[in-house]
Amino acid sequence: MKEISLVDLENRFQKKVDSEIRIEPNDWMPEEYRRTLIRQISQHAHSEVVGMLPEGNWITRAPNLRRKAVLLAKVQDEAGHGLYLYSAVETLGADREQTIDDLHSGKAKYSSIFNYPTPTWADMGAIGWLVDGAAIMNQVPLCRCSYGPYARAMVRVCKEESFHQRQGFEIMTVLAQGTPEQKAMAQDALDRFWWPALMMFGPNDDESKHSKQSMKWKIKRFSNDDLRQQFVDVTVPQAKLIGLTIPDPDLKWNEKTGHYEFGEINWDEFWQVVEGNGPCNFDRIKARKDAKEKGMWVRKAASAHAAKRAARKTA
Amino acid sequence: MNSLFEYLLRIGDDSLILGQRLSELCGHGPILEEDIATTNISLDLIGQATNLLTYAAEVENLGRDADNLAFMRIDREYKNVVLVEQPNGDFGDTMMRQFLFDAFRKLFFERLQQSKDFQLAAIAEKSLKETRYHLKHSSEWVIRLGDGTEESHSRVQHSLNTLWRYRAELFFMDEVDNELINKGIAVDLKTFRNEYDSFVSTILNEATLNPPAQNWEFGSGRKGKHSEHLGHLLAEMQYMQRTYPNMEW
Repeated sequence: MKEISLVDLENRFQKKVDSEIRIEPNDWMPEEYRRTLIRQISQHAHSEVVGMLPEGNWITRAPNLRRKAVLLAKVQDEAGHGLYLYSAVETLGADREQTIDDLHSGKAKYSSIFNYPTPTWADMGAIGWLVDGAAIMNQVPLCRCSYGPYARAMVRVCKEESFHQRQGFEIMTVLAQGTPEQKAMAQDALDRFWWPALMMFGPNDDESKHSKQSMKWKIKRFSNDDLRQQFVDVTVPQAKLIGLTIPDPDLKWNEKTGHYEFGEINWDEFWQVVEGNGPCNFDRIKARKDAKEKGMWVRKAASAHAAKRAARKTA
Repeated sequence: MNSLFEYLLRIGDDSLILGQRLSELCGHGPILEEDIATTNISLDLIGQATNLLTYAAEVENLGRDADNLAFMRIDREYKNVVLVEQPNGDFGDTMMRQFLFDAFRKLFFERLQQSKDFQLAAIAEKSLKETRYHLKHSSEWVIRLGDGTEESHSRVQHSLNTLWRYRAELFFMDEVDNELINKGIAVDLKTFRNEYDSFVSTILNEATLNPPAQNWEFGSGRKGKHSEHLGHLLAEMQYMQRTYPNMEW
């Protein structure tokens, strides 16, 4: 049998990617492509699961029955997204438990935005509106990602994210039209979440170390800065519509480019939070570790019981 | 006293308080699949509470709505059984509490579907579909934990020992029930007590668990007398409505 060289395999792979043919789990793929996807998808999964915590913080205190039900449904969706994504990671040969251990050890990252606290109810609005809004900008192009299982998971995830974004904006709208106290609560949440939301798109293009290769492999379709700009352009008019002020004195509309210009992002803060020094990094990871440790006896019991059942069946 | 209003509060508050308890666990489950399940059960219960309290407010006809009833009563005015306000404890406590409750609820809703009050019958029919899943889930976990490892067996046996005394209150009846039973609206709980005991004992048996010998039964939640735990639960649940009264959210 004729040996196919690595270069040939890589060329064929790239040709498939270039002609928009999806890569499936059993197809040959470069090791680096596999590693990149494992890193990206598992970090995406971790973000969904850690992301349950800042919102879970308000389920027990939601102000009325409808809001409580909606928030429960939303956080449940996030757990579901985590589950699809961990399954997508497994199609690449990675082990779900290992990726979770990497999260707990600090080796694997997750979206930094979840390291900011949610002290008020308005934060549920700000997270839905801004954080899920930014997530949609990032994830809609992922529906066309070259890796099939990830792309298909994203189609469903995006549908649900779009509901999350709308419920967040609705919370903000109600607050902004409410009493002065409520309006102040909404503005305060926007003030705290605006900049971290812009940071969600990652470093500027010239600082982003994985971007170029990911674009070539069609894992990524748009650059960080392009997505960030798109987010600003969409979100600024929404804030105006409900009478809230974007906390950026440099923000202005550029007639010529048809885009908003905005101020400098505090990248020192971004990297500090990525490195584990954000306001809630410690609490978030501790909550996840505690859940794993406290649940150990439950998982052991489930395995032991399954083994007993199997043994009884064959006996 | 408006008996139908009182009856609706009893059923609705069971759903509300247990839904609230389960929602505390969101994001902290022993495995991601269980986080989804627990959140989903909590969501079902909050949905049931919404339907029942909306109807209660309508029956009461004093200008209150479901949110008013859910968030603005004092502890004595909540009519849930003491079982559902018990803290989540460990996963064994949570599942045992759920199992003892679900087993009751399934049999109860099966009968409440026949109520001559069409609104109540419709709520029961919808809630029964959900409750069947809840019971399947909690029964399976009781069996897994009971017949799992030595540790899980001893933990969930302890859960059973502490929660067992609260189950009898599920069958509490007084003049509220009697009046509505006569009208064909309420369920006579005596009619399925044996079936409940026998179902519970079958599952416990499969789980290799033994009910404690002590049969002292108490609980007076239906009369508004609660354990110390309810006040804390309400303080958290009512925080927004109490801090910012009369606002739209």
